[in-house]
Formats: sequence, structure tokens, C-alpha cells
Amino acid sequence: MNREASAVPPEAVPVARATGRPAAPAGRLLLLGLLAALLLLGWGLPRWLNFLLTLALAKGLVVLGLVLLMRAGLVSFGQGLFFAAAAYAAAFAIKLWGVREAFLLLPLGMAAAAALAVLTGLLAARYRAIFFAMLTLAFSMVLYGLLIKAYPLTGGSDGLRVAVPTVLGYAPDPQRARVLVYYLAVGAVAAAVSLVRRQAGSCFGYLTQAIRDNEVRVEYLGVPVRRAVLAVYLEGAVLAGAGGVLAALAVGHVDPNLAYWTTSGEFVFIALLGGAEGVLAPLAGAVLYEVVKAYAFKYTPYAWQMVMGLVMLPIILFLPSGLWAPLERRWLRVRE
Amino acid sequence: MSTAITIAVDGLVFASWLFLVSVGLTLIYGVLRILNIAHGSLYALGAYSAATLVIAWSGRDLWPGGTLLALLVAGAVVGVAAGPLIERGVLRWTYGRDPVLQLLVTFALFLILEDAVKLLWGTSPYYAYQPYRLLGQVAVGPVVYPGYSFLLLGVAVAAGVALWLFLARSRFGRLVVAVIHDPEMGTALGINLTRVYVLTFSLGAALAALGGAVTAPMISVVPGIAVEVIVVAFAVVVVGGLGSLPGAALGALLIGVVRAAAVHLFPAVELFTIYLVMAGVLWLRPQGLFGGVEARRL
Repeated sequence: MNREASAVPPEAVPVARATGRPAAPAGRLLLLGLLAALLLLGWGLPRWLNFLLTLALAKGLVVLGLVLLMRAGLVSFGQGLFFAAAAYAAAFAIKLWGVREAFLLLPLGMAAAAALAVLTGLLAARYRAIFFAMLTLAFSMVLYGLLIKAYPLTGGSDGLRVAVPTVLGYAPDPQRARVLVYYLAVGAVAAAVSLVRRQAGSCFGYLTQAIRDNEVRVEYLGVPVRRAVLAVYLEGAVLAGAGGVLAALAVGHVDPNLAYWTTSGEFVFIALLGGAEGVLAPLAGAVLYEVVKAYAFKYTPYAWQMVMGLVMLPIILFLPSGLWAPLERRWLRVRE
Repeated sequence: MSTAITIAVDGLVFASWLFLVSVGLTLIYGVLRILNIAHGSLYALGAYSAATLVIAWSGRDLWPGGTLLALLVAGAVVGVAAGPLIERGVLRWTYGRDPVLQLLVTFALFLILEDAVKLLWGTSPYYAYQPYRLLGQVAVGPVVYPGYSFLLLGVAVAAGVALWLFLARSRFGRLVVAVIHDPEMGTALGINLTRVYVLTFSLGAALAALGGAVTAPMISVVPGIAVEVIVVAFAVVVVGGLGSLPGAALGALLIGVVRAAAVHLFPAVELFTIYLVMAGVLWLRPQGLFGGVEARRL
């Protein structure tokens, strides 16, 4: 990354530093407060809500990765590829090698996602806009087909059971493990949020924005655009992988639907709900989405997709920067 | 030798189906510059309408050939009803905006239509096998094929030729071609862009619905058929070059024959042939077989 960063003309750097302070103190306080609230909630919440929140945080991680891509002007319709690959990597590790340590499963899943990202990225990083979107979609559908077909290994459409994990050697009963997975998710999200915020104010963050604005000019500045795109793609994949492992541990089960393109569509939808600017938006969006979906599914089991589509349409048409982003801008950058 | 014939016939039949479901997508992209994810839903709408019509017709003890006409009618009806509604109601607000945004709009449309189909037709499967039975069986060498497969071939060729004649020979078709090449210049010369957009989108929608309608007798029409189609159609269109009609035909042929060969020679990879062909073509020719190189904007 450093080589790319140094290719930015020197006079551009101080400007970036001056306006690019990612966090006004007020914003940092707000985020820390939220983190404390999430940590406290781990004790008090009823079981179903705890589960819902864990799942929402796991998906929030994927969406954070997607937001990084969107800042570079790329929308991936195939984040389900990494989500599912990491979840299955964890499931295989448990099933085949008996690894149950969450702190091993998490990096393993992320590594699997990263490996796939390098492989698919070589092709995908050559494309932009709809080509990129549809190619990533095709990749995730290939994985879906593989998972369905390789019945002896993956259990076909039934999927695999994911055993209760251990955390640093401590083997809790299933109920406690649930709470531990929740804390794991909170920790992962906190780390990811700090990464994303740091990146927004870094040279690399500005580089990705520049790529979105005008790629050809960035190339004329001497920056290898394709490599930068590949790096963002990789980042998004690793975040999606972390989300996938956490989701697998929370649900206790993986199935091919994780790679299905409507799962990826869900991520895009959440990202869109929040807009690509903030860091809170994807998380709040994920929580909101899970809650709304749970109720929509309960009350209109045959029309919840329609409800989603009807909500999505006006947002895309009239609020392309998202519902939440304008609010977040006001809260987090008050002192700028 | 007989394997070669089987592969050729299977490949041609599958290619016809691929061409029918993807030609509308490439037409719409060529003119409106929108990649329409809801294309799959239009296909599903066509399949359901056709199934309904065929079942209604067969229940009345009328001329059995009418079921074949019912398939065509279903395609046309969906095109005329849904095309202008979607284009005027939604898509026209997205012209000139970010292509990804347009993609997302059609994704939202897809979600809406997906459930609309479920609400209209329920979730239980429909069987409209009558046209399939009607055509009996045809022997090609040692292998016996359902006659319906050749109807599919005929419909695909007819649709392709009709579309080509329309674009190359009719007045309105030439206006469409002019718009494809340069919409701005077209309007300056007095072409009614709105009319071209509405009619092209409806035509593309009708082709998608026709694809669904002719598929309906071969499958059980169930929810979820829309999704498979859009991915496959996209692959065909990308292989041929987005927006190119000969490209769609060649892409369909290539994928159809390769898949048929895989089915008979390497059954294990059959599922992935479409993607393998796509990845291969994109690797060698990123713009697809017939795609033109686009200048990048400074």
C-alpha cells in the first residue's frame, strides 16, 4: 500500500490530512458509548434477541466490507461467496479436523475468503460497474452450485451442523457459548469499525475515492489502479469471511443459501439503506434489517421480498446516499 | 459418431433456449443501457401466464393446437402489459444515472415481481405439458427426441430472424439502431426517444416472456425459476458482448454446445460449463465476442 500512497503528489497529502480527520472527538465518544452499550447488552438480552443481534453484527461486518468497495465505486453482488466460503471453512474444520477453537476458526475462515478473493479478484479487478457486479454474482453462484453438488462433503442443500465452539480452550455449555459468540462478534465489529474509520482518512482511502471519481486520471498519476481495486476487494472479502464464520457459529449450521445471490443482494440492500459514507450506518442498517425481516417474515411470509423491494425502490431513486448517512454526518462530524 | 450427433442436437436445442431467454436482455441493454435483473421475473411471468392459458384451453376440449398459440399469446400479453408499466413507471427515472444504481433498481423490481408472482399464482407448481405431448417424438439416427425440442429450435430461429429483419429493414427498427449508436444525435434528428425506449423495452420483455412461455411445457412451473434464468442469460450476453444480437446468438451456441459436450463426455463439470466458458471468453476478450471496445472517459 505504501508504494501506492507515495505515488500521490506530495501537495495532495497535507490537504488529505487536514480534512480527513476521520473522527471528531464527539464521534469517537459516541462510538465508544455504543460499544459499551453493546457489551452491557450481552448480559441482559433475552436469548432470541441476543441471537438476532449476533447475526446482525455478523452481517454488519460483511456490509462494512461492501461499503469499502462502494467507496471505490464498486458494488459487489457476490459477497455471499466469501460469507459462505468462510462459514463452510469453519464447518469443515470442525467436522474433519475437530478444530473447535473460535480463535482458530475465525482466522481460518478469513484466510479461506482471502484465498478465494485473490483467485476471483484476478478476473474481477479488471471490470467495473455492472460487469463487476454481475461477475461477482456469477462467482457466488458457482460456489452455490458446488456446495449443492458435492453432497458427500457438504451435505448438499441440507448443509452441515456447526458444533459449539470453544473460546481460548474454555468449553462452555451451549447457552454460555451463545453469549461468547456475541462478544466475539462485538469485538470483531469494533476492530472492523476502527479499521474502516482509519482507512477513510488515510491515503489509501482517498485513493479509492479518487478511483471512484475518475479512474483514468488516477492512472495518469502513476497509481496502479487494478492493484488498489484488488486490495479493496480483498479487504471486503476478509470482512465478509469474518462475518461468515461468526454467522455459522451463531446459527450452529451452514447451508448453500449463504452463497445464493439473494443473500448477497441482502448485503447490498443493507449497504444501500445506510449509504456508503458512514461506519455506523451499515451496523444500524443490519440490525434494523434483521428486526424488520424477522417481523416481515412472521406477518407476511409470502410478500416480505416485495416489502423489501418497495422500500428499496424509493431509497435508490430519491436518496442515493442512503437513509442514515445524512444523519450520521451530522452526529459524527459536528466539530469539524 | 452417434455421440457427436447427440451432442450437436442437444447443444442446438439448449442453445435455442439460451438464445430465447437472453436475446431480450441484450436488446434492452443495447438501447436503454440498463442491465435488467428483472428480466428473469418477466421470464417467470411468461411461464406462469402460458401455464394458465394452456391449462384453461386444454380444459375446454378445443382444438389441441391452440395450446401452442397460447404460448405465443402469453409472451405477447406479458410484454404489452408489463413492458410499458415498468419502463414508464420506474426505469425512466433512472436514465443517465449511475449504471450500478440502475442495476439496483432492477434488483428491487425483481424482488417485487418475485413475490407478485407468488401472490398471483400461489406457491404450488403448475403443469402445462399438453403442448409438449402434442408434438410426439422424433428420431434422429438412433436417438429419439421429443418433437417439442425442435419447436424450440424453430421458435428461436424465427425470433432471431424476425428481430434481425425488424432492426435492419423496418423503419422503426432503423430508428432503434440509430438510437443504439447515438441517442443524442438521434433526438437531434427528431427521433422520439421515449417511444423507442418504451417499445424496445416492451419488445425485450415480450421476448423474455416468450422464453418463459415456451419453457413452461417442459418444466413444472414453480417459484424460483426467475433466479436461475437471469444468471444464465447474463452469462450468454456477456460471452457474446453486451448489447450485440449476433453476439447473443453466438454466445448461446457456444455455451449450448459446450454444455451438451460436457453432459455427454464429462458429466461432473456440467454445472459449471456456463461459467467456465464465460470466464474463458472474458479472459481472452474482456468485451465479449462481439462487444465493441468502449473509450474510457477522461
